[in-house]
Amino acid sequence: MARKSLIAAVNDAIREEMERDPRVILFGEDVETSLFGDTAGLSAVFGTERVRNTPICETLLTGMTVGAAASGYRPICHMMYGNFIYTGFDAIANQAAKLRYMTGGQITLPLVYIASIGGGKSAAAQHSDTVYPVLMNLGGIKVVVPSTPADAKGLLKAAIRDDNPVVFLEVGGRTGRAAEIPEGEHLVELGKADIKRKGKDVTLVAIGSMVAQATKASAQLAENGIDAEVVDPRSLVPLDKQTIIQSVKKTGYLVVADESRDACSAASYIASIVTDEAFSALKAPVRRVTVADVAIPYAPTLEKAVIPNADSIVAAVNSIMSERNAA
Amino acid sequence: MTRALEANGGPLVTEKSNSIPKSQLSDIYRRMVTIRKAEEAMGDLSLSGELPGPVHLYIGQEATAVGVCSHLADDDWVASTHRGHGHFLAKGGVPREMFAEVFGKATGICRGMGGSMHVADFKRGILGANGIVGGGIGITMGAALGASLDGKGKVAVAFFGDGAANQGVLMEALNVASLWKLPIILVCENNGFSEFSPASTVTAGEIWKRAEAFEVPGVEVDGNDVFAVWETAFAAIYRARSGQGPTLIEAATYRLRGHVEYEHTFLSKPYRTDDEVKQKALSEPLVVFRTHCLENGLLTEHELSAVEADVSAQIAEAIAFAREAPAPAVQQARRFMFA
Repeated sequence: MARKSLIAAVNDAIREEMERDPRVILFGEDVETSLFGDTAGLSAVFGTERVRNTPICETLLTGMTVGAAASGYRPICHMMYGNFIYTGFDAIANQAAKLRYMTGGQITLPLVYIASIGGGKSAAAQHSDTVYPVLMNLGGIKVVVPSTPADAKGLLKAAIRDDNPVVFLEVGGRTGRAAEIPEGEHLVELGKADIKRKGKDVTLVAIGSMVAQATKASAQLAENGIDAEVVDPRSLVPLDKQTIIQSVKKTGYLVVADESRDACSAASYIASIVTDEAFSALKAPVRRVTVADVAIPYAPTLEKAVIPNADSIVAAVNSIMSERNAA
Repeated sequence: MTRALEANGGPLVTEKSNSIPKSQLSDIYRRMVTIRKAEEAMGDLSLSGELPGPVHLYIGQEATAVGVCSHLADDDWVASTHRGHGHFLAKGGVPREMFAEVFGKATGICRGMGGSMHVADFKRGILGANGIVGGGIGITMGAALGASLDGKGKVAVAFFGDGAANQGVLMEALNVASLWKLPIILVCENNGFSEFSPASTVTAGEIWKRAEAFEVPGVEVDGNDVFAVWETAFAAIYRARSGQGPTLIEAATYRLRGHVEYEHTFLSKPYRTDDEVKQKALSEPLVVFRTHCLENGLLTEHELSAVEADVSAQIAEAIAFAREAPAPAVQQARRFMFA
């Protein structure tokens, strides 16, 4: 096993898929220089026909991706920061998500949009959103948010081979921690959650950057005799509802951690599914650990205050398990 | 017609462009009349309440779709607009499949999932009508990128209106198409109106001149004259196929019908006069073509009338087919989101 960062794992995944399939092409702003490093070196391997630097023109790039996919290619469009998906949102929401449906299934659209998401680096309000809540509502877009280098590699390779539009969101940026990646061909099916820590007392569903925080929280909880199960959905569309529901049926308690604003977040959607489908198993209200409905602020003290962490997850668990603990 | 071939003061291509071969004239007329008669029928069906959704008619602009698409093969791409019936039919789309779609039937080209604003036929290179103004430009750029990578001389044509020319994506497309020498032809049909706003109130300067800043040939052509459009498209498509890059064509035409059928039922005030429409109708594409052919002895009145009668029968058959077709099964609403 090799130890690599998530960014290096993404780079490997793109390179392997471009080697495997000549229809895979890559374009985006500065993909040659590569701000995050995830596309570094690929133009030297595959040439500047298949790996293209583009101007800064998100409106065009997202639409061009759709047209390239409709005409037989498997394009990967690098959007750089997640917030720039908003800039190019029209073709994602109105074309990529709908072209197959509104033309009666005549075509497939095998395309991937990649972007880096999340806060924590004082990049402020226009470079720190998680973006996936708005994407989840589009219906025709798969949304992938891996939390580990191994998952990132396996999910991206699967996304590139998928015949549907996929948005692949990277957490951690350049500074993500290295972890082990399996040798050889490594694919992770979209729509399969992963239990990152087995436990029996409370279910922590954590998305993206929150998986590390939930894992940290579970260590703190263990010191107090609470055995937490950490479930990482890995893809939000499709969402592995059954793994989440089964875990809650076992534990009876649910906290969902999501680095998104609370309103219509992935956390609120997951909470509603569980209250619908596992209500009788719940021993307490579901708690959402999310960002308040504010933009991400610049000052480190403020940013730290709004983005959830292990402590806020522990506090949420304690708030719903206090009765059990008192008993 | 010579003006049609002038791009930013210079010739569009050095090779001498042909004119429409006489053997193709009847087919050119058939295509234009097919669009006209289909659209007239569509307007009647809309007003009588038989169609479930809105239709935006192309009447008066037929010469542009036909003049351009006459040069294209099935594996060349076109993307269209919300006013897309003309491009669909000109590129080889089947009338009965189009009517069934607009009726919302299971046998429609999109199985009733898209209706008038989304008629598409990918096997015939039709990337689709599009309900987003300017939405087809980015898609066509992607198809042009694919055609460029294929290296087989295929081209992609984006049809859009003067309204879409004010969307930023046109500037983005001109920039990238020029840098990458993509085989794309950007065809702006200036029909005088951006929905209900006269072009003069929302569009500054001349659209074809916007190409010059990107070192792309920009051409203005009489969009009501199929001979002029055909020649201009010939030159632009030759340029694209031979790897010389994009062209922006502005076809000056006039929208004889409203932005949308039944608009008279909700408009709070008129945006043009009846006299203006009557005046413009004197130089619409079918009048121009008929006059030219008859005056120059290219086609006889008998030949022209025979085409019209034949097309009328075909359109009547297409409508009967669509009317009798089954509605989609309700389960279909949950299909096609994902492959």
